[in-house]
Amino acid sequence: MTQTLQQQATVLGPSCGGCCTRLVNFGVTLNGTVVLEAINLHVHCGELTVLLGPNGAGKTTLFRAMLGELPYTGTLHFVHAGSEERFIHPRIGYVPQKLDIDTLAPVTVLDLFAGALAHRPVWLGHSAAIRAKALDMLSVVNAHALLDQRLGQLSCGQLQRVLLALALTPVPDLLLLDEPVSGVDPAGIDLFYRMVSELRRIFDLSILLVSHDIPTAARFADRMIFLNRTILCDGSSREVLAGPCIRQTFGIDLANVAIQQLENRSNQPAHHHP
Amino acid sequence: MTFWYSIAGHLPFEWAQFAFMQNALLAVLLIAPLFALIGCLVISNQMAFFSDAIGHAALTGIAIGALAGLADPLWAMLAFATVLAILVSVLRRYSSASTDTIIGLMMAFAVALGVVLLSRGGGFARYSRYLIGDLLTITPFEILRLVLLLAIVAGVWLAFFNPLFFVCLNRSLAKARGFPVWRLEAFFAVIVALVVTVTIPWVGLLVINALLIVPAAASRNMARTMTAYVLGAVVISVLAGVLGLITSFYWGTATGATIVLWAMGFFIVSLAFRRR
Repeated sequence: MTQTLQQQATVLGPSCGGCCTRLVNFGVTLNGTVVLEAINLHVHCGELTVLLGPNGAGKTTLFRAMLGELPYTGTLHFVHAGSEERFIHPRIGYVPQKLDIDTLAPVTVLDLFAGALAHRPVWLGHSAAIRAKALDMLSVVNAHALLDQRLGQLSCGQLQRVLLALALTPVPDLLLLDEPVSGVDPAGIDLFYRMVSELRRIFDLSILLVSHDIPTAARFADRMIFLNRTILCDGSSREVLAGPCIRQTFGIDLANVAIQQLENRSNQPAHHHP
Repeated sequence: MTFWYSIAGHLPFEWAQFAFMQNALLAVLLIAPLFALIGCLVISNQMAFFSDAIGHAALTGIAIGALAGLADPLWAMLAFATVLAILVSVLRRYSSASTDTIIGLMMAFAVALGVVLLSRGGGFARYSRYLIGDLLTITPFEILRLVLLLAIVAGVWLAFFNPLFFVCLNRSLAKARGFPVWRLEAFFAVIVALVVTVTIPWVGLLVINALLIVPAAASRNMARTMTAYVLGAVVISVLAGVLGLITSFYWGTATGATIVLWAMGFFIVSLAFRRR
């Protein structure tokens, strides 16, 4: 898979270095209730940041506001490497928790890609270019065999990979993954994290990932953020797991299990680099 | 039109010798495919109830047209349906009540207002034509006007099909990809409103929504891909339209309702071919 990914990276153009997405004094107030406030966050390119927090902490609200679905205060911008002065709105790739579609919907994976990328009406057939493009991106996530499958036939894990491929077309400045592995079996979860981790390295992506599976997320995260209305803990997996946030909210046992798994991984040989 | 009459007149059927049937057949061949095309997204976007409400709201448009002393209430109907479509979109955006409730309220209001205005002095019977529709009275001038309006709608519809399709699939995903979701939804509502309203005098507001959604629903049972879905809906719609027109001629029944019964027949057959 690594080989394919690297080929893709060269096809899709150069990646940025030292770029980042910045949230400055970011806040969301809904119907008079403060849901998020005073969020200051720099998400660097090539970094997998895992967002943790109890239910109702505002994780999904943060995503929806960043996507422009909810009004927010403060600023959100993307800074390219070497152009400190140019602030632009980041191009965001988004993988929703689940795609709320009728399982009978007559929509294939290729239809989904064409709907997002093509001008020709989806039902008038697909151009060879769109088909090739979709196949290219699907092979990045090992899902090229799914091109002509109906969305309703896919398993949760398959659908997540298809949505991930779509989110990467074109390669975004920031990738938001909202509990991407809910409903996926343990082996699939591991595979998904491994893939996301690879993609981050190869495309130099900033990734913000909401997770409830703390032990697995901790193994792959470059950085963990604990959110509850505002950012309460922020640091490496080890720092955040050892800190008060996780212990107080999820219990000391879970924190210990996660730290244990983290130790096991450090004893294994490191990931190969190109 | 002369060209059409020369073709239709040569059809080897008894019914095809009458000018009013030739007119009606042309109208069916225009309306049916477009309704199927739009119906496909109405179903995907779960807007069946909305399009029904728009059909009923035409009653108020007719009433406003009648009050304003217009000989043909079409423009008043179009204006009112557009306003209502935009209003529902805005309410959907800013209200916390569910869409069902909002549409139900708007429909109840529009129908009640229409009936009150039209029944002043007991003259409602004059307007019953709009309830049932009469395709057999369509004139060549009205067909040309229909062609013009439907052509504009079809062109716009094709140009915006993919964004609308994507918004129907998932709003958050569409928003993330930079589609102007709210504007597209309002635009969609207006298009549905316009097409339904323009066609009401010929099909009748009681059954017009069925013409929009039944062929698409039948095709959806069988189709695997978007291409099969849309083309299947068009074929079913045209078949039901032509069969309905012919049978209504021999049975002496209302054409719109007869077409809908044929479409329902196709829907029931499609259940047998339903994908698992």
